[in-house]
Amino acid sequence: MARIELQNITKRYGGTRALKDLSLTVEDGEFFVLLGRTGAGKTTTLRVVAGLEKPDEGRVFIGDSDVTSWTAAERDVALVLQQYSLYPRLTVRGNLEFPLRPKVRNMNEDEIRRRVDRAAKTLQITHLLDRKVERLSGGEMQRVSIGRAIVRDPRVFLMDEPLSALDAKLREALRVELKKLHQDLGATFLFVTHDQVEAMSMGDKIGVLRSGRLVQVGTPSEIYERPHNTFVARSVGTPPMNLIEGRLDGESARLGSFVLPVSSPANSEQKVTFGVRPENIVIQSGAPAEARVFDIEDQGVIKILALDMGDTRLHATVPAGTHVNRDEVVRFGWKPERVLSFDPETGRNLAL
Amino acid sequence: MAEVKTKGEVVLNRVAIVAVVVALIVMLTPIYWIASTAFKPRSLATTVPPTVMFEPTLTPFAKLFTKRSQLRQPVEEDVYEAAPWWEKLIYDDGEQVVKNRKTGAITSSGYWDRYKNSLIVSIISTFLAVSMGTLTAYGFSRFKVKGEQDWLFFILSTRMLPPVVVAIPMFLMYRTVGLHDTHLGLIILYTAFNLSFAVWIMKGFVDEIPREYEEAALVDGYTRLQAFWKIVLPEALTGIAATAVFCFIIAWNEYAFALMMTSRNAQTAPPYIPSQVGSGLPDWSVIAAGAFLFLLPVAIFTFLLRNHLLRGMSFGAIRK
Repeated sequence: MARIELQNITKRYGGTRALKDLSLTVEDGEFFVLLGRTGAGKTTTLRVVAGLEKPDEGRVFIGDSDVTSWTAAERDVALVLQQYSLYPRLTVRGNLEFPLRPKVRNMNEDEIRRRVDRAAKTLQITHLLDRKVERLSGGEMQRVSIGRAIVRDPRVFLMDEPLSALDAKLREALRVELKKLHQDLGATFLFVTHDQVEAMSMGDKIGVLRSGRLVQVGTPSEIYERPHNTFVARSVGTPPMNLIEGRLDGESARLGSFVLPVSSPANSEQKVTFGVRPENIVIQSGAPAEARVFDIEDQGVIKILALDMGDTRLHATVPAGTHVNRDEVVRFGWKPERVLSFDPETGRNLAL
Repeated sequence: MAEVKTKGEVVLNRVAIVAVVVALIVMLTPIYWIASTAFKPRSLATTVPPTVMFEPTLTPFAKLFTKRSQLRQPVEEDVYEAAPWWEKLIYDDGEQVVKNRKTGAITSSGYWDRYKNSLIVSIISTFLAVSMGTLTAYGFSRFKVKGEQDWLFFILSTRMLPPVVVAIPMFLMYRTVGLHDTHLGLIILYTAFNLSFAVWIMKGFVDEIPREYEEAALVDGYTRLQAFWKIVLPEALTGIAATAVFCFIIAWNEYAFALMMTSRNAQTAPPYIPSQVGSGLPDWSVIAAGAFLFLLPVAIFTFLLRNHLLRGMSFGAIRK
């Protein structure tokens, strides 16, 4: 088990820079999730750690050693990919044995058998051991992939969107299993995903990546409650945070013709972008602002309302018992202590 | 489950079957002709219309593998009795043979040596072209090669003019360096012009193999070479089989260079067979026997690899 440290990594592909001066630390035993859109550099980061890509600048540490110049084989990391990492010609057992068979490991047959059986038991795939990989379902395949990673007791686990090819139900089940596996192994996990729900529900820490730069690192609640900028704010939460252009004037926020209270007053009047999560918008008669209901999505426990306030589309989550109709005009307010203000130019959180 | 077919589909199906049968007949008739002529006695080989029903004989093959000098007198009784079965076939056919005091009445012809030369040259050059081609294709497929497109074009460009165009300079060069009429010379030549072909086909196949397979192996502690050997090679087997068949066919059938670059030692079968047409009255059934035997290796080779070819001929469309 080991910590991972990336120092000032820059990686170029041709003319484009995939990673820009990226520094990142994953503590020993931590479940670290890199969250970002396609092309943000998540996979590149993972490949740099694995040793499949050499960074153009910067250093990579695993444990106490500088592994920048080490090959992938020497780094003793395990990689779980979205797909393709199982060999179709081999059985499940053959696949699980594969990482134990390189000559450098010099492992005897008893030890190999013992480890494969143990991994299979952990992942509940013992009954599949003699089956050909081609005849596995998606969920079983991904379980075997994870098995391939754990048979070796690697220093670090790297996972590249291992769940995104699965259907929703299975994804949820494997999410729970992966978390449990992480707890049982006490290993360092670096997990890459574009799915914010995965990131929020699994990560001890989340790193939000945007075009090759790390925008913010923090626990899921830090990311959710105190985003550094509007990009992070909109990266997590469903529906995403409402961003409303307005003016901050003393203790009140002016949104067009409406005035709402805020709890972080400003000394001088200024243009700001207010950020408020859908659950912090309150529908109430007599509330200061007014909007027309554009759409209602009933999710059982809650209803998600799409509101039109002038030209601005807002989302609000309200208890399922709330009675509203489409095209109805409702009054709403917000919880002043949960309202964030961002710089309208740079998107920076003004409170930080 | 049986699919339900519309009337139109049924008709279309029948038309397709008829078309396939007609095409097969057109394509297989020459082969049938050669094969049947190879087993006909000399008297039936050139009959018009061709004889369809006849008693097959091995006489043409016996003649193919022997060299005989002709004489006017019939063969003596005791010589006939002492002769092995294949020599008797020749005597029975009415061929009259002189008795040579030193080597006997009948000596072996050059066919088997030529055939062996063909096998040696084709197998070795195919092996070399396919193995070098696969490695080259792997390199182009997996690594950033400076000027990759230019290199690949350059490799392909070696096939852009008919090889015979360079035959005379090649001949002079070979004679100077002593490669003329050697196995090595032909092997180098065939390997060289099959290589570009092998690189291009194999690149398509290797490109189709997800690199994730190897990368997983690299992370698991295998070296690049071990990963290539254990992962890429088994996955590329289909492509290798297809490429090998093509290279083998090209090398096996090559005529122009074989004619020019070899004379005695290393001559392959293709230039030998027509050379027999020229000596005396052509014995068509013997020529057919030679051609028939010449067809076999390619047929056998293709047959052995047929399972791989079924997937391989679609050029790199392996299951994902």
